[in-house]
Amino acid sequence: MAKRIGIEVSLAIAEAAKLADVDVVAAYPITPQTHIVEHLAELVANGELDAAYIPVESEHSAMSACLGASAAGARTFTATAGQGLELMHEVLYVASSMQLPVVMAVANRALSAPLSVWGDHSDVMAVRDTGWIQLFVENGQEAVDNVLCAFRIGEDPRVLLPVMIHLDGFHLTHMIEPLLFPEQSQVDKFIPPYQHPMPLHPDRPVTMGAFAPPIIYFETKKAQEVNLEAAKEVILQCWDNFGKTFQRYYSPVECYRSEDARVLLLTMGSFSETAMTAIDKMRGEGREVGLLRLRLWRPFPFDEIRQAVGNAEVLIVLDRALSFGGPGGPVCSEVRSALYSEDKRPKVIGFVGGLGGRDITPAGFEEIVDRGIEISQKGSDQEFEIFGVRE
Amino acid sequence: MTPKGVSQLTKPEGMLTWRDLEIGSIVVEPGNASQYQTGDWRSERPIFDTNKCIKCGICYIFCPEGCVEQNAEGYFEADLFYCKGCGICARECWTKAITMVPEEE
Ligand code: SF4
Ligand code: SF4
Repeated sequence: MAKRIGIEVSLAIAEAAKLADVDVVAAYPITPQTHIVEHLAELVANGELDAAYIPVESEHSAMSACLGASAAGARTFTATAGQGLELMHEVLYVASSMQLPVVMAVANRALSAPLSVWGDHSDVMAVRDTGWIQLFVENGQEAVDNVLCAFRIGEDPRVLLPVMIHLDGFHLTHMIEPLLFPEQSQVDKFIPPYQHPMPLHPDRPVTMGAFAPPIIYFETKKAQEVNLEAAKEVILQCWDNFGKTFQRYYSPVECYRSEDARVLLLTMGSFSETAMTAIDKMRGEGREVGLLRLRLWRPFPFDEIRQAVGNAEVLIVLDRALSFGGPGGPVCSEVRSALYSEDKRPKVIGFVGGLGGRDITPAGFEEIVDRGIEISQKGSDQEFEIFGVRE
Repeated sequence: MTPKGVSQLTKPEGMLTWRDLEIGSIVVEPGNASQYQTGDWRSERPIFDTNKCIKCGICYIFCPEGCVEQNAEGYFEADLFYCKGCGICARECWTKAITMVPEEE
């Protein structure tokens, strides 16, 4: 039987990596991710987890060490946040291009300057195009479950791609929640052993990450794009299998009271839980509002978004990142372009809020919905709305 | 014609489609870098003057492409499939036996 334990979400993620029996952890501590790798270091030092823990001098080295380990056939895990994610930026592309299924938890954090250790999605959006599979989780249970799923998805021989699990810094990483941990035997069955088909080995030499002149580079990129797109099918299968095994189901776009909603709100990450409270209240007042929570960020779930939006007339998208001088938030841009070719589509209104750890309360979400409806009727001279900044 | 030293691969890179690539674009056939015609980059080529050459092999040692070879008579010459025209051999040759000549000449 699965055990329910009260535990901080960061520690729970480390425990999930332990259940997945990782072979190598290479990481550098950075707030608000530190507790994850600290606990893993503890588990290795205490002999509870048989893994190599590589303390490195920077995140750039952390990801580089992870590549080497994964290329040699080791199940590899790391975690980072904010500036740390940016420091490993160039190596992230190498992981996905070389098809090395590293699993990484990202404790989403705002970017400097000014220095902020608090949460938003600026770090995520800067690594949007790195070719990783990227999932968002809203609470501790989703984090644990999806760390397990990430290994199974990433290491699937049809996929072989690195996976990022995004969880909000502090808002989620530092919560203590009652969580269910599956039995080791169940996890062992759920995640088959990692077998890279052509690992680095002196007896079977191969070249990884070779030089590609113009005559071949573009072919490698097309192969990469096709592979990431195709990974969606495997992600769906994995979540389906996880649901059947553990009775908790996940999907690329989670719908909350969205049936027959005229107005939909779309959020990502732990703010979705607060938004649900607001939706409940508004539904209680007889308003036809619902919520979409985008879980799968890459590969982007185009069909699922179109289906989830259905016949809604207004879609209000909340981004927790700002594309300076651009169309507002990246999520809104992508959702809007996914819907643009539809004959019948809602008005898509973009909001940017919750930067650098700024809270949005249930009352705040109600305000966002009201303002979004107003803009959908009267229009606005702004490309997008900034919510929650003192004027 | 494929010049000497170029590995015979099952398929040259220019004929591979994206579907032919191994996972992660891993290269499994050794020596495929030999297909890379660095000679394409050249704007000047080295001309070796056998009257001045003392067969010392300095050009052979310094060539960063490893494309200088000794012929049957003991003189040195560049394999133009790979010679990228950097001029290092000409600079290092102490008898000034090598002259860099613009490609268009
Ligand atoms: S360096 Fe000059 S002299 Fe020596 S082998 Fe080469 S061409 Fe001849
Ligand atoms: S020009 Fe440069 S590449 Fe060409 S033979 Fe001389 S040293 Fe080698």
